[in-house]
Amino acid sequence: MLRLILRRVLVAIPTLILVSMIVFMLQKILPGDPVLTLAGEERDPAVLDYLRDKYHLDDPLPVQYGAWVLQVAQGDLGKSLRTDVPVSTLIGQKLPVTLQLSVMAMFFAVLVGIPMGIVAAVRKGTVVEMGANVAALSGMSIPNFWLGIILIMVVSVQWQLLPASGYVPPSQDFWLSIKTLLMPSLVLSTAIAAYLMRHTRSAMLEALGADYVRTARAKGVSPRQVVLRHALRNALMPIVTLVTLLFGELLAGAVLTEQVFTIPGFGKLIVDAVFNRDYAVVQGVVLCVAVGFIVMNLLADILYILVNPRLRHA
Amino acid sequence: MKKLNRWGVLLGGALMAASATCAVAQELRIGLQEDPDALDPHRARTYVSRIVFTSLCDKLIDIDNKLQFVPQLAKSWSWSEDNKTLTFKLRTDAAFHDGTKFDAAAAKANLERAMTLPDSMRKTEVASIASVAAPDAETLVLTLKQPDATLLATLSDRAGMMLSPKSFDAQDSGSVARQPICSGPYKFVQRVQNDRIVLEKFDQYYNAKDYHFARLTFLPIPDTTVRLSNLRAGGLDMLERLSPNDVAQAKGDANLKFAPVDGLGFQEVFFNLNNGKRADTNPFKDVRVRKALELSIDREAINQVVGGGIFTPAGQAFPPASPYHSAKFPVPGRDVAKARALLKEAGLTTVKGELAFGNNTTISAIAEMMQAMAAEAGIQLTLRPTEYAALLAEAERGNFEVMIRGWSGRPDPDGNIYSFASCKGSLNDGRYCNAEVDKLLNQARVTPDETQRKALYEQVETILHQDMRNFFLYYQPWPFVLRKNVTGFTPSPDGMIRLKGVALAK
Repeated sequence: MLRLILRRVLVAIPTLILVSMIVFMLQKILPGDPVLTLAGEERDPAVLDYLRDKYHLDDPLPVQYGAWVLQVAQGDLGKSLRTDVPVSTLIGQKLPVTLQLSVMAMFFAVLVGIPMGIVAAVRKGTVVEMGANVAALSGMSIPNFWLGIILIMVVSVQWQLLPASGYVPPSQDFWLSIKTLLMPSLVLSTAIAAYLMRHTRSAMLEALGADYVRTARAKGVSPRQVVLRHALRNALMPIVTLVTLLFGELLAGAVLTEQVFTIPGFGKLIVDAVFNRDYAVVQGVVLCVAVGFIVMNLLADILYILVNPRLRHA
Repeated sequence: MKKLNRWGVLLGGALMAASATCAVAQELRIGLQEDPDALDPHRARTYVSRIVFTSLCDKLIDIDNKLQFVPQLAKSWSWSEDNKTLTFKLRTDAAFHDGTKFDAAAAKANLERAMTLPDSMRKTEVASIASVAAPDAETLVLTLKQPDATLLATLSDRAGMMLSPKSFDAQDSGSVARQPICSGPYKFVQRVQNDRIVLEKFDQYYNAKDYHFARLTFLPIPDTTVRLSNLRAGGLDMLERLSPNDVAQAKGDANLKFAPVDGLGFQEVFFNLNNGKRADTNPFKDVRVRKALELSIDREAINQVVGGGIFTPAGQAFPPASPYHSAKFPVPGRDVAKARALLKEAGLTTVKGELAFGNNTTISAIAEMMQAMAAEAGIQLTLRPTEYAALLAEAERGNFEVMIRGWSGRPDPDGNIYSFASCKGSLNDGRYCNAEVDKLLNQARVTPDETQRKALYEQVETILHQDMRNFFLYYQPWPFVLRKNVTGFTPSPDGMIRLKGVALAK
């Protein structure tokens, strides 16, 4: 196990370098001049030149990239061009928000998606399965931003039940924090729940058709036991991996949902930084997301081994 | 028994008084359209950051709703005979948020920082100042290189904001932005980027009794629908820049008050006359084609259809609120026949051009209307919506034929015209250049007398109308919306939120 982790960490390093290079190049390809964007309405040529010089924007690309890598290697992600706040501080502010949103969204998705998938598989060919399929299809195809705005209109404006947007840290007011993130996490969870439902359903169908299930049934095991102990346990293996990977994706930030509900998480930070051409922030955050994604991948592998004893000694 | 009753009344009165002071312990939540940039008045660049500064940082002088200068940190000011020395008498009872006293030496340190900080965005604004002196604690003397009619307006904005000199860090100019220490009615508490800026009442403020909130929270919510929804749901007490689409909704809600005001800025359509290769092939190179385009546009229709009735049509750089607004330049009406005649005179029947603009809902709708209206006059516009940062770069590089852009406006007329119309103007992306205009604009800069100055600007506008560097669409409104219980708020033409006397009713 330790060797697997070590190997994964080693493989991660070139991946991170590649990611950072691609992000760096992509930003430079983007039209627009960060200094011009920074200056906005105040365009004093002398100041613009000073800023270009200060942020080394006139240096050749490899030099700029090298300087950034050197800085990161020393543990310094730089400062936001726009507000002078260190990128590490920004990440420290946004990571808990995105984590909380992701955990809540995943919680709802698992709570709804997996049972729905099981039921759909067990009741194959009935109205129940059709209903579950329709629900899943709607979950996948309803755009998040639309659902978000409708929820705000109905739940917050009409019924005045939940706050319309924003974020409150749980340390400040736990229940208010949960209430503020309730709508956005539900909105986020719809697509994931649908995805989980479809995968659970097909994995369950496969498992229910397997020889060991037939054997179990022939032995007279109760249908409930067959589904939960024999079929589900085997079907869950790919689902666990899927949940971990989807969680990694959630960490990258739910751009549209965060925008609609004005949640100050990763997605909003990255989008605003791209629009402002705030290079240091984009690079720092993407690097952080990439690390998060790699960690989740590693976790998926480890979990897979844990839930599948056959692989433990391989 | 009667005595007891009287005591009861007294007690009741005391309770009422107590609840009145409790009114101070309230919070005002303001929804902003964008997240402000660096909170350092010498380096800040955006309109939205000025809204925050208005409560955070006092200035030497302020402007009132009629654009007249009024005292703030300076009690009075006077010009020397030759208009080259400006002397301020300062308040003696003002303090910075760190407890240190505000005096002339502090003011001098601030102006010098604005003049010398390498990334100061105020440098050009205060370029006319030769030296600053503080002969005693309440006298501040500015000696100028040449007379500067724009200087008072400059000092009524960010260049006149005063920071505690103790907070200056020569090594790290970013430290001020992270923890700004000013002398305004509210002091800085906390900022979470993209989420909130929190200010708290500054009890030592010389006018503290006129400020009724214990806490101010500015919440950037870029989506206009969500911003309005928050206000309607009670998550905000007021918001700025309502989307014109939502005007009817805001007016129709009994819990809200709609408070729009004509601003000082404008939305203009300007042409690439001399910037790079595209200027040479630009179909709008001929002034008659430019005039024809203007004549094909119905500004009132844009106001009604896209603007919700708050996009006051514009025909000159200075808005009606400005004393420099001239009756000589009425807004031209639509005249398709005349537009066609002009094209014919230029030897053309149809013109094909490209209109570039920032990719947002309002401007896109305007561009589409312009396309339809221009087509009736024989001008076929293709539309090129461009993301804002890219648009700025395209404008500077000259990669456009005709472009729509906005300007948030300045109280002094110079701010609305100089950088757009002078040959080397920093925002003159069409590279319009007329030596006569330059001469007049520079002359207006050193002419303090309002009547003489107005005459100069009228001459400039006359030439600009002939040359058609651009034409104006409408004056940028500042549509505020408040919840019904917010009392005492008057919108200012400069779009700032001044909270003196504003309170929450029960």
